[in-house]
Amino acid sequence: MNSVRKRDLVMLIFGLAVYGAIQGMITAGMIGSFWQLNIILICVNVIMAVSLNLINGYTGQFSLGHAGFMAVGAYVGVVATTNFHLPLIAALILGAACAGFLGFCIGLPTLRLRGDYLAIATLGLGEIIRIVIMNIEYVGGAAGFKGIPHLTNFTWVFFAMLFTLFFIKNFVNSSHGRACISIRENEIAAEAMGVNTTKYKVMAFTIGAAFAGIAGGLFAHQFYLISPNSFTFLASFNYLIMVVLGGMGSITGSIAGAFVVTFLSAALASFPEARMIIYALALILLMFYRPQGLFGYMEITNFAPIKKLLDKISGVKGV
Amino acid sequence: MAENIKPLLKAEDVSEVFGGLKAVADFNFYINRGELIGLIGPNGAGKTTIFNLITGVYVPTTGEILLDGESIVGQKPYEITQRGIARTFQNIRLFSELSVLDNVKIAYHCHVKYNLLETVLRMGRYFGEEDEITAESLKLLKIFKLDEHAYEIAKNLPYGAQRRLEIARALAAKPKLLLLDEPAAGMNPQETHELMEMIRWIRKQFGLTVLLIEHDMSLVMGICERIYVLEYGMIIAEGTPAEIQNNPEVIRAYLGTEAVN
Repeated sequence: MNSVRKRDLVMLIFGLAVYGAIQGMITAGMIGSFWQLNIILICVNVIMAVSLNLINGYTGQFSLGHAGFMAVGAYVGVVATTNFHLPLIAALILGAACAGFLGFCIGLPTLRLRGDYLAIATLGLGEIIRIVIMNIEYVGGAAGFKGIPHLTNFTWVFFAMLFTLFFIKNFVNSSHGRACISIRENEIAAEAMGVNTTKYKVMAFTIGAAFAGIAGGLFAHQFYLISPNSFTFLASFNYLIMVVLGGMGSITGSIAGAFVVTFLSAALASFPEARMIIYALALILLMFYRPQGLFGYMEITNFAPIKKLLDKISGVKGV
Repeated sequence: MAENIKPLLKAEDVSEVFGGLKAVADFNFYINRGELIGLIGPNGAGKTTIFNLITGVYVPTTGEILLDGESIVGQKPYEITQRGIARTFQNIRLFSELSVLDNVKIAYHCHVKYNLLETVLRMGRYFGEEDEITAESLKLLKIFKLDEHAYEIAKNLPYGAQRRLEIARALAAKPKLLLLDEPAAGMNPQETHELMEMIRWIRKQFGLTVLLIEHDMSLVMGICERIYVLEYGMIIAEGTPAEIQNNPEVIRAYLGTEAVN
């Protein structure tokens, strides 16, 4: 029991150290505004990828509408701060609640579908959300929502990311998470072992949608303007690429995937012509040589040297 | 003898129709608490369909299935598992990408009491129950001689071990009634013999009632107390192993009419 707690603590301290290092570099002016923006985007994308991984990787329900939930969180958040002058934390909670509620309402009927059918239904769903937003004059319609206060900073996104990571890590390492994973592995057997498959599919979908809402809120408050065009199905697809690239069913993988994809597109920003070619090539090569993604089902804590180190630091042998 | 005891499971006139095919017709049977019953019959006789009817995968077209005197018709498979019926599958359905230990841990699901908040914040009952689940799972694996493979991926186990893991997983759901669908399929005589001993032992140890489908007659005749014989969805014979072995109807169903004469 204590070993798990101590390992959590070790990881938390590690997270804080990373935060301290990056924040220190930002304050010292070692990181330019371009890379500051990209660090924030990486954190937002980690939240998106990890929450999508809960749905796609752990529960095995192929969702293609994740950007739609992000849009809900973003728009609810900006309306809350700009029009109602609420603090950012309230805006994020509101956005998460709305996105989660929408995920719940939509999950109930659509999660009866399987595989390709679910993918198409969620793809359509993401587009519906976007087009509905586009037609609401109150939030600026197709022109977008202007005059958003710049409330997001590195501290906010980093701690939101840390919260997401711990939340989803704890969730999947529990009986509830195992129930979700069993659905991915074999739905019939899961049901025969007493898992209410509908409940857990909807639960995973709702949690995933809520975290996408948080990511949306953080994303929106980074910019002066957001428009529905930031949340097209191409964006959903991008998050899916992060998940698949990192490894479906691995939190470490999603972090790596979000990092690699965001970093790659930022690093190649000065070569716009070559950017998509290199990006596509990287994906093809990866799928060719490592179809299970960078990490597969593994977490970084499963690798022998890191496991040993963690055991040594926490002083107890973990499982 | 059976009339004065309330049976654990009882099926009354159960029929299942798929389109024009009557897979199970007017199926009547009962299992008393603690019994070990065999269900045999030629291929396609409807044995697995009966398992699927009992576990809620199919809903019977007509008839009633009673567990402890209460109807379980129309309940979802997971609800029936929570009520105390667990099963294994004819074609192995393990959680093949997960470790052997996780396969068993999943089945404790319906006995877990900690809620979502306790899960996420890692407080309250979480650690206590998780430790208990892990300890109990390892104990179960030990019984099935799988403890050495606890951290291996389930799909990498040899075939016989996968079959044993399925039984271990079903037991983790803490059932009153265990349904085994061809547990000895693909096993050699030595393994079948060990399995027989194991089924006997777990029945006594866990106070189980067992219903099993099996083609291996040495296993069925060796451990079952009562046997139902099914052909074309209908029961053609019922009785002790000795009675079944000499029943002309059964011989006809298995070997053809000429064998009887």
